[in-house]
Amino acid sequence: MLTDSTGAQHSRQRDLASETALRGTPETENILQTVTKREKEQAKGMKGDLVFRYLTTCFAFSILAILALMLYEMTGESMPSIRAFGWKFVSSSDWDAVQGVFGALPYLYGSVVSSVLALLLATPLSIGAALFITEIAPARWGTIIAPLVELLAAIPSVIYGLWGVLVMAPWLQSTVQPFLIEHFGFIPLFQGAPYGVSMLAAIFILMIMVVPIITSITREVLLAVPLSQKEAAIALGATRWETIKMAILPYGKSGILGAAILGLGRAIGETMAVTMVIGNAPNISLSLLSPAYTMPSVIANEFAETTSKLHGSALMEIGLILMVVTLIVNGLARLLIWSVSKSANGGAA
Amino acid sequence: MSNKVHLEEVNIHFGKTHAVRDVSMSFPENSVTAIIGPSGCGKSTLLRSMNRMHDLVPSARVTGKILVDNGDIYGRGVDPVSIRRRVGMVFQKPNPFPAMSIYDNVVAGYKLNGRLPREEANEIVESCLKRVALWDEVKDRLKTNAMTLSGGQQQRLCIARTIAVKPEVILMDEPASALDPISTLKIEELIEELKTRYTIIIVTHNMQQAARVSDYTAFLYMGDLVECGETKKIFTTPEQKRTEDYITGRFG
Amino acid sequence: MHGMAYRKAKNHLMNLVMLACTLAVLIPLGLIFFHILKMGVSSLSLDFFTQIPKPTGEAGGGMANGMLGSLIMIGGASLIGLPIGILGAIYLAEFGGSKVSTVIRFGADVLSGTPSIITGMVAYTLLVVPMKGFSGLAGSVALALIMIPIVLRTTEEQLKMVPGSLREASLALGVPFWRTSLKVTLRSAMSGVLTGILLAVARVSGETAPLLFTALGNQFWSRDISQPMAALPLQIFSFAIAPYEDWHKLAWAGALVLVTVMFVLSLTARFFGRSRHSG
Repeated sequence: MLTDSTGAQHSRQRDLASETALRGTPETENILQTVTKREKEQAKGMKGDLVFRYLTTCFAFSILAILALMLYEMTGESMPSIRAFGWKFVSSSDWDAVQGVFGALPYLYGSVVSSVLALLLATPLSIGAALFITEIAPARWGTIIAPLVELLAAIPSVIYGLWGVLVMAPWLQSTVQPFLIEHFGFIPLFQGAPYGVSMLAAIFILMIMVVPIITSITREVLLAVPLSQKEAAIALGATRWETIKMAILPYGKSGILGAAILGLGRAIGETMAVTMVIGNAPNISLSLLSPAYTMPSVIANEFAETTSKLHGSALMEIGLILMVVTLIVNGLARLLIWSVSKSANGGAA
Repeated sequence: MSNKVHLEEVNIHFGKTHAVRDVSMSFPENSVTAIIGPSGCGKSTLLRSMNRMHDLVPSARVTGKILVDNGDIYGRGVDPVSIRRRVGMVFQKPNPFPAMSIYDNVVAGYKLNGRLPREEANEIVESCLKRVALWDEVKDRLKTNAMTLSGGQQQRLCIARTIAVKPEVILMDEPASALDPISTLKIEELIEELKTRYTIIIVTHNMQQAARVSDYTAFLYMGDLVECGETKKIFTTPEQKRTEDYITGRFG
Repeated sequence: MHGMAYRKAKNHLMNLVMLACTLAVLIPLGLIFFHILKMGVSSLSLDFFTQIPKPTGEAGGGMANGMLGSLIMIGGASLIGLPIGILGAIYLAEFGGSKVSTVIRFGADVLSGTPSIITGMVAYTLLVVPMKGFSGLAGSVALALIMIPIVLRTTEEQLKMVPGSLREASLALGVPFWRTSLKVTLRSAMSGVLTGILLAVARVSGETAPLLFTALGNQFWSRDISQPMAALPLQIFSFAIAPYEDWHKLAWAGALVLVTVMFVLSLTARFFGRSRHSG
């Protein structure tokens, strides 16, 4: 606050000086003093702005530095594993910490199957719900349901996991899985014993988790559909469903796709809830009833207590794959959503 | 009467646009000079160069000399901040700080730069509000938010805020264009009153206003200074054909 | 062309399908709330807020150390993340050229899309390995990496909404740019910035994965940030997957507390956001 007091003082003095000048009794000393003060103050003011500029620049660029550091560290730490196993890392299913052999195929398989199937279930539900909220339900319902859905997207994944492992999995084990085995057991997807914790549980919990995300983004996309599009369909005598099918869905197509892909990105990276319900067994099994494993889950379970350097490195490589995959998936989603909002804005203008 | 501000071959570019060309003129101390011209002629641009407001626009380039008390404000090592303290500015739309009370707005120039002793602040607030003839209207509600004032009152508050930091020159960028006729009249009376202490440079597109308030007038057209001189002369016997056309309303 | 009756019937059917979708979305979520509320309320006691977990098998105990640890680590993450987020946003809003800003914004988006477990791995290699041990500090850093992009983007948006006339007003009074930025621009945008901060805090307060191999967790009171530290979400996780009924109860109680805290934060954030729009 030192600068401040001199600042105020300085202008007060200057004022004094000009007033004395007005009165016709110039006090040269006073004026001289004012001038040197002014120069000092100038130097300080400019320095402040310069420092501020450098500081904010540094902080802004630190984000890029963090990102670069992340990629550098992940790649560097993965190198021993990459050198040791090469492409076999993603094609082999031997994961043996004692022997020092690591192949990540079961985790890749588990991640892909759980998130893709969860997405296939979640997307239609989300689109239906978003359409209901925006197009069919009275406006007042929408203002209640929409923030509720957004709030749900913010629930921590460990809480979904808690519910999944203590409520959903026992219910699957006692009710759903026996039913599936009895009536659909001839399909390989539903063979085996009812474990409760399983691929099926992971798919369900992921579906429940990504639905709020896809719904709220789809809702935004639908709200961006220009009224003129709907009016054109309604003027042709279309029913509400026909309007949705003819005008709204085609217009929001790529935005909805973007929402779904964003949900996929979230599902692939999801760690806690999946770890708690998937059973954590590195199987590659066609049956959805058997336990499985995913990439984030194996990291969560093993990274804190690795047995060797190579083990840690193999987990790092899984992390690297995870990071690159989510980067691509999220980039794609953003591109799609962005293209929609851009064309919507263009249409409005 | 001495010249307070002096422009020498001032050119202003925005990227590739040449907004102001070779303007040289003087602004006498303790007088009001109006800059008139059709919209887009560069008058606001020229005004803003006189307290270095263009420093914020990366593409803007000001060349030539702008002297205040014979010191070049674009000289090496000159801090734009200290220039702006000597050359204050009132904007087209009243822009009091919305999160501050009337009182705090008047002393904002001090408060934003640090602390100000209470007694001194009280003095400044009272004297500045009195000078802009706002004191009687607001003295009972100094602590209420400044946005509760009418547009005209807000603009007078902005003027009070500007004179509170004791500038030598006040730049006014169409200060009454967003106001109703009665508020405009009050602002014009205020300008008349303020020129005894400050050098005032006002940009206006309203020729009657220029004729009413100013001692000197400069006519700017397409970035060129067409003519400048005593207001009376400009409005009665302009030397240039273009000035006459503009003043008689034949274009613009 | 189908007949009108057919089209109307189809319209009704699809309306029902969409209603069913909405219900299918809301029912599981409603169930989750129902269980958290039912199990949480019945398991919550004063002990929960004052005691640390009892040894395996013993009944009672609480998660007081986890709540304290979470508070400390969120505080640490804010100390690291808020300056970077806010000052970085000032750069983007006030100085950044369009190309540079786009790159930084893209970087922030990449960072916020990265699975949170990855930030934990990075904090592990950067801090846990060199410091030769798990620590609350490493946990704070991992959480800060999650906060930064959220704070950056929301703050930037808010700063851009502040009208330029306010900046000009301040600068024309001879206030230096840096003071104008902090005292006029940032302050005018404060309610929106606060909303972003609250949302970021709400987000990290539930994060578990990044703490697994940074803070690690601690059965006892832990205040030293250079040591392993307990955290509420970590305790919920380890208690939920343990085979003891009593621990499950504690996990439910923890979930209720966590969800309540997050909702309060979100609602406060919304309130701030709204007051800005109306005012």
